[in-house]
This record gives sequence, structure tokens and C-alpha cells, in this order.
Amino acid sequence: MAKVLVVTSGKGGVGKTTSTAAIGAALARDGEKVVVVDFDVGLRNLDLIMGAERRVVFDLVNVAQGVAKLSQALIRDKRLESLWLLPASQTRDKDALTDDGVRDIIADLRTKFDWVICDSPAGIERGATLAMRYADEAIVVTNPEVSSVRDADRIIGMLDSKTVKAEAGEQMKKHVLITRYDTGRAARGEMLSIDDILEILAIPLLGIIPESQDVLKASNVGSPVTLNDAASLPARAYTDAARRLNGETIAMMVPTEQRRRFMDRLLGRRAA
Amino acid sequence: MSLNLLQFIRRRTGSAPVARERLQILLAHERGLRSQPDLLGVLREEILAVVSRHVALDPEKVVVRMDRGETVSTLEVDIELPNGFDKRIAVAS
Repeated sequence: MAKVLVVTSGKGGVGKTTSTAAIGAALARDGEKVVVVDFDVGLRNLDLIMGAERRVVFDLVNVAQGVAKLSQALIRDKRLESLWLLPASQTRDKDALTDDGVRDIIADLRTKFDWVICDSPAGIERGATLAMRYADEAIVVTNPEVSSVRDADRIIGMLDSKTVKAEAGEQMKKHVLITRYDTGRAARGEMLSIDDILEILAIPLLGIIPESQDVLKASNVGSPVTLNDAASLPARAYTDAARRLNGETIAMMVPTEQRRRFMDRLLGRRAA
Repeated sequence: MSLNLLQFIRRRTGSAPVARERLQILLAHERGLRSQPDLLGVLREEILAVVSRHVALDPEKVVVRMDRGETVSTLEVDIELPNGFDKRIAVAS
């Protein structure tokens, strides 16, 4: 049965789009049929992170308004057969997406895919509420930093009240994904620790993505970080997170650069 | 002395404990507010309705303020009454 997942955060710039692309690609590489859906109408970027920006013809709004068929708007990934993208439009009209339009598209996608991953826009306005509205599960992305954790808490409150699932009295499954984590700074007490964040937000941990240059490198070339350099630290952390989503039990590790160097020496790999 | 000690500990351990403490206090308040949307607005309207049943007053002159402390919060209601309002009511109360 298809799972609809929303990747959300409240605050902007914490890594929603990067995480959507990385986890979507990791699931697809494990054999799942995945579509990543960009809900950031007017400020789309998932197409760019996925390296499909020049292949966008129709978009989410076109489909919602009946201008294009879903099959015309879906873009198949060039690297993975089972990975698809539904891009957002660049229109500035905030009300271009309607509740009913989104409901119908999600229902349609459910019949075609194993995973429907909705990349939410920042904020708590219409775009963000529509992205989470029909989800079964949520990934709340946060950085180890006060404003991002505060906004994550706000979003958790919305997930528990403004989604179809919550309105039906069901429990929305939520996971926190901590991105841009710097083990050294956390150990020195300069950054909120994993335990601090988990204690405050009180939802289960999906993964810890280390701060890494590999994320920027991957976005520069338009490839999900899990595909661009599968051995890199963030790629391994995202791959583990995707497998946990899929029900696997994988020990949580905090990947550090030191460990990488040690492993590299051991395996005789050249430093990147 | 205890403050100095606290500062000393904070300096030793970095700023993360401060961040955690500030977040915990803030979120405890914000979560409480979520379940009762715009408590102050509702209070203000109802107080206004009750008082204006007896005294003609300017809605702009009713200020309801909440001050949140760590253990106790205070609700401050400030109603400015025009001079020459009905004195019988004031005596009765």
C-alpha cells in the first residue's frame, strides 16, 4: 500500500528539499517506486536538486487545474527507473492550489507509487498546510539551533491538528530528521545535542545528517546526495534513514569525519 | 555568588545548555497557547460585554494583558471609564 510522506519544518533553509531528494532516491535505489512532489509553488527547487530543471513541461498546478494529465507532468529520473518527480509551478499565484485539487492528485499518485514524498514549502501558510494535509507520515527536519527547533515544534502541533489523519482522530506518525549536525561542536556544548532536541520535540529520531560539503557538491551538479556520492557521510546517513522509514532496524550512528578518515586509511581510499 | 557559579559553568560547557533551557520555557508556553487560541482576545471581548452592560465605555480603552512568569502568570485588565458615568452602579458594586 502506498505511503504518503510529508517533509516539513516550518523554518526555511533547514534541508527539506535536500532531504526529500536524498531519501526519495535512496528508497528508489532499494527498489521502491517513488515520486517526489514539490509543493513550493512559486519557488520550486526540487527540480534543480534532482537535476531535472530543463525537463519540466507541466507541473502540479497544471494537473490540479486540469490543464495537463498527471502522466504528462511526471518526470522520470535519468538515473533511477523507479524515481519520479512532480514539479511545482513557478506561478506567483498563491491560491493556484486548491484543497480538492491536491486531494485528487494525492489519491491518484497513491495508486501508482509505493511512496509519495511531499516536499513542503517553509512557513505555516496554505502551501505548507496543503503539503501535509493528506499525508500518512511526516518527517520534521530541524537543525540543532533554537529557531529551527521552535518552528519544528509548531509544525508538530499542526501535524496533530490540521491533517486529514488528525481530524479523523488517528495518530499521525512523525519522525525528526536532524540535519547539519556537527558532532564536535555538540560535544563541546556549542550546539544543541541530539538528546536535547529529542527531549524537547518528543518524537522519534529518523536520522542524523552531518554537516558536510558533500551536500553542496551534490546540489551543484543536480544529483540527490545519496546518488552523487553514495559513500559520503550524508549519503550513508540518508540511506539509513530511508531504510528505517521502510521498517528496517538500523543502529543510529553519528557519522564523523574522523571515522571517515580512519575508514579511508583502512581501506586505502584517497581522501575526496 | 550562585549567579557567578552559573556563569562559570556556562562558560565551561558552552551555550547549548542556555539554548535548551530557553527553548524548554518558551515551548511550554507556546504549547499551552495552542489549545486555547487567542485566549486574550476572547477574554477581552467577554469582559467588554459584561462591563458595557452597566457602563458605557470606549472599547479602545479596554486593555487585557498577560504576563507569563515561570510559576505564576498574571492577568491585568485595565478599563478606562469616562468621567460622569452612572454613579449608582459604582456605589452598588
